[in-house]
Amino acid sequence: MRPFTYLRAQSPAEAATLAAQVSGARFIAGGSNLLDLMKLEIETPAYLIDVNDVGLDRIEAAQDGGVRIGALVRNTDLAAHPRIRKDYALLARALLAGASGQLRNVATTAGNLLQRTRCPYFYDPNQACNKRQPGSGCAAIAGFSRQLGLIGVSDACIATHPSDMAVAMRALDAQVETIKPDGSTRTFPLSELHRLPGNSPNIENSLAPNELITAVTLPRPLGGTHIYQKVRDRSSYAFALVSVAAIVQKDGRGCIALGGIAPKPWRVERAETEMPNGAKAVVGQLLDGATPTHDNAFKLLLVERTLAAVLAQAREQA
Amino acid sequence: MDTPDLLPMSRRHLLILGVVTAATAVLPPFISARASAVNSSRPITTSLSLWVNDQQYELDLDTRTTLLDALREHLHLTGSKKGCDHGQCGACTVIANGRRINSCLTLAVMHQGSKITTIEGLGTPDQLHPMQAAFIRHDGYQCGYCTPGQICSAVAVLGEIRQGIPSHASPSLTEPPQLIAGEIQERMSGNICRCGAYSNIIEAISEVAGVNA
Repeated sequence: MRPFTYLRAQSPAEAATLAAQVSGARFIAGGSNLLDLMKLEIETPAYLIDVNDVGLDRIEAAQDGGVRIGALVRNTDLAAHPRIRKDYALLARALLAGASGQLRNVATTAGNLLQRTRCPYFYDPNQACNKRQPGSGCAAIAGFSRQLGLIGVSDACIATHPSDMAVAMRALDAQVETIKPDGSTRTFPLSELHRLPGNSPNIENSLAPNELITAVTLPRPLGGTHIYQKVRDRSSYAFALVSVAAIVQKDGRGCIALGGIAPKPWRVERAETEMPNGAKAVVGQLLDGATPTHDNAFKLLLVERTLAAVLAQAREQA
Repeated sequence: MDTPDLLPMSRRHLLILGVVTAATAVLPPFISARASAVNSSRPITTSLSLWVNDQQYELDLDTRTTLLDALREHLHLTGSKKGCDHGQCGACTVIANGRRINSCLTLAVMHQGSKITTIEGLGTPDQLHPMQAAFIRHDGYQCGYCTPGQICSAVAVLGEIRQGIPSHASPSLTEPPQLIAGEIQERMSGNICRCGAYSNIIEAISEVAGVNA
């Protein structure tokens, strides 16, 4: 790990301002992904700005009937919150399907959104990786790509976004609130946070330099049946091969987001109009344009079958 | 009349931990040049106090020191083990402010003021914690390397179930989770045992929880 100066900020504005006034700063909250990457010197911040004292650790009712989740709310607390369990079960289920108890105790809402891919070629400094070292190539495409992405990917990068939480939030139409070093704030849809890799997979999100996520908001509850189905190589503590987040209404309509297959939580709204016609019809649109590798082509069928199981389960529970 | 504070941040609220002797370029006036790490390859040290097992320790540490390394290498509390050092095995599990965490994936300097409990704080050879005694009774280990982490995790797991925190194995999100083996198994997935003592570990925890495994 490279040496760094450690600073603690006392407010979100202070954190953002401070980060902008030095060079090479990173915010740290839970740290469970960032420190891991620092040990490998994939992340080499000169400054760590600890944001654990800035507040932002509350879950509040929003005026529109929705809920506002502070950026520092821990995954454990979010999944255990009575309002989330009752009205946003999809989110609670996704959180509980991710990581381990130890990690959920430290992982934060904003940190979960901004965690980096677990592509093994990104983690291995001896391998070519355009995300880690722009222009070096992508060893994953011709390598072991069973876990990796098949849609939204590019010739430069087939890494996936590893979060379960973000997949549920995408299906729930979450919005992201931020503050910039100049003190200005903005709110935008979660769908606009993560960027597709294109030719610059090293740029992963739409945040400005030193812009700090302060909250995630969810609109008023959608009702319906909430199901998060994660398929993985072991039944606990593993990243998704494929995951399906679905909210299904009594009339068979609803919304669907996928995890484990793309550089961002994958949702195509027009595909959802096919929900009453079954999984195959939905997936035809949802994964239209997919470019799987030899190793991960099985995910196309796995998505369809997982979605079929989810829709069947929703019919039973309705 | 109150004058608005034009400084972008308040000096009194900003804690700067870390001292290095490196000349630097542009820095805000309240950050001393000495505190900058820009372009420096030298270690940056900081003073902090840690509360571990109800005892306070004053330490001067490289900011890079993980909580695990602080416990093992500086406080010589070697019960917590370094397995993978990447948060995958759980051998380093300790309890911080009542919550189990991977001590390898957090910095010591982030725990100024937190209350840490390690395996050494749960019990002693003469006065075992009930979970330690149950692990012995049920042969919940072979080589023993993962055991301190397993036991710290297990103690916290029972607390999490009592507090009503749901898990992936909970059939209902609205009912409180049940104290059953299936719940314990799911919640212990962050602790890997390469000897494969899992079934005995579940029996030990179940006994302490008062359930039939």
